[in-house]
Amino acid sequence: MLPGLAYFLVFHYGALLGNVIAFKDYVPFDGVWGSRWVGLDNFRRMFEDGEFWDAVLNTLWIAVLQIVFYFPVPLALALLLHSLTRSSVRRFVQSVAYLPHFISWVIVVALFQQVLGDTGMVNSYLGDAGLHTVDIIGNPDAFTPLVVAQVIWKDAGWGTIIFLAALSQVDEQQYEAAAIDGAGPWRRFWHVTLPAIRAVIVLLLIMRLGDILSVGFEQMLLQRDAVGPQAAEIIDTFVYYQGLVGGDYGFAAAAGLFKGVVGALLVYAANKVAHRLGEQGVYR
Amino acid sequence: MSTHARPGWMEKPRPATQAAKAVALVAVVLLVCVPFLVILSTSLASQREVVANGGWVLWPQHPTLKAYRDILDGGIVTHSLGVSAGVTLVGTLLSLVCTVTLAYALSRPGVFGGKPVLLLILFTFLFPPGMIPGFLLVKELGMLDSYSSLILPVLVNVFNLVVLRGFFQGIPEELYEAARLDGAGDWRVLWSVVLPLSKAALAVVGLFYAVAYWNSWFYASLYLESDHWPLQQVLRTYVVAGSGLTDTTVGEGTVNAPQTVQMAVLVIATVPILLVYPFLQKYFTKGVLTGAVKS
Repeated sequence: MLPGLAYFLVFHYGALLGNVIAFKDYVPFDGVWGSRWVGLDNFRRMFEDGEFWDAVLNTLWIAVLQIVFYFPVPLALALLLHSLTRSSVRRFVQSVAYLPHFISWVIVVALFQQVLGDTGMVNSYLGDAGLHTVDIIGNPDAFTPLVVAQVIWKDAGWGTIIFLAALSQVDEQQYEAAAIDGAGPWRRFWHVTLPAIRAVIVLLLIMRLGDILSVGFEQMLLQRDAVGPQAAEIIDTFVYYQGLVGGDYGFAAAAGLFKGVVGALLVYAANKVAHRLGEQGVYR
Repeated sequence: MSTHARPGWMEKPRPATQAAKAVALVAVVLLVCVPFLVILSTSLASQREVVANGGWVLWPQHPTLKAYRDILDGGIVTHSLGVSAGVTLVGTLLSLVCTVTLAYALSRPGVFGGKPVLLLILFTFLFPPGMIPGFLLVKELGMLDSYSSLILPVLVNVFNLVVLRGFFQGIPEELYEAARLDGAGDWRVLWSVVLPLSKAALAVVGLFYAVAYWNSWFYASLYLESDHWPLQQVLRTYVVAGSGLTDTTVGEGTVNAPQTVQMAVLVIATVPILLVYPFLQKYFTKGVLTGAVKS
């Protein structure tokens, strides 16, 4: 177990120590330990920075849209797949639906450009039909629906896996008994299926709420140039551009640390809420 | 569950319901498959046909492999393909070794320090150290512009570790005891008892690692010079960001590579995943669930 443990000590706890530069004026030449302490200056600057708060708002807004529009899709898809009696069809559709999860964001973004871009498939159909073409890829106003659609395309199929597992745990006899008692399909759905998967739904929802400061970093970074920072800046890209591109390491580390601390508190709180509701939670 | 017949208690769905389901299922399949088909067809079409059709093709009239010959002539794409394959292979192996040994130790009751070590590791999941300190660490360790910077910082994934640990815990205790009685040490138990029983979990975790290494581009953009880039980062620069593929000869990269060539790079980046996928996907449900349920 030693190599694995060494990995965590060096690359997680070692890096964790590096967060001290959030309290320093980091100068690459002086190194992490040689740089000057500046106390909470970086944090003060951050809280007064309008762009930082714009990034926070963007992050929250995209996360909320994902909860409203993405979250129900895997559930609906799982219910649909579960209702199929022919297992060969179910297995085929499942295999196809899982696939995009394994494709990199680079390819997903390229695919979307190809299909929805200004010379893409959809626009050329619209053009041929004599209709207005729509600029979806480079349009800041269309950006949030676009990124939510991308997440649905990429991960909704994969998201069904956990719901399908919960559904397969339901005892067939319960359905049978309900049917004998005269319950129609809807009543069976309402009184047998839903209670059985309630725990999983609540759990995933709470976890998503706990993780609300994180929305796809790679996804945003890949498309930020096309629509500009007003639409696409999230906390992670803010950290990236301030620190690694702009060279303002201490300031960016402060923003990253802020996200880490608030994010950890949120996950912790979400887990507590899950326990309170009598659910299992994610750990312990 | 796996029968074709509808259970006796379930009534036959109305035709309208049946039709709605069929439409939904076909829509799901088409939404996934059509984009891939467009990419593949465009890469196989001639550039003239693509231009005539406005930038894409659904079914090439005169399929040609010219685009593939153009990029696989030993230039940057060929080189990056080798980098990606190498990093994926070495990374997956190293990651599996480290994850398996760690998961095994943490799955056995009474291992010295087991519980605190587990908490120590789970904490990193709750509180990741952050992008900037991670970058500075790699820099101070002198790993810039070395392929190790693509592997070592992401060596063990906590989710994969938890999946494997859960799977190991699910192996009946009697098997461990029997092996012990035969005088087997930890290594022997791991090698001849645990691993043969864990093929499904190993396949899934191995696939997750391999996909992660194959798909990674961000670290390469941070840590590597462009002549050492893996395929995804080349793809990002030349296809997504739209610089020219031929920038070594043109200079600033102002000339866009032909559409067919861009799509051919996309296909090359996707094909390895499509190749391993059918062999491994039967393990998904089993592997992922045993892990998820146990934890």
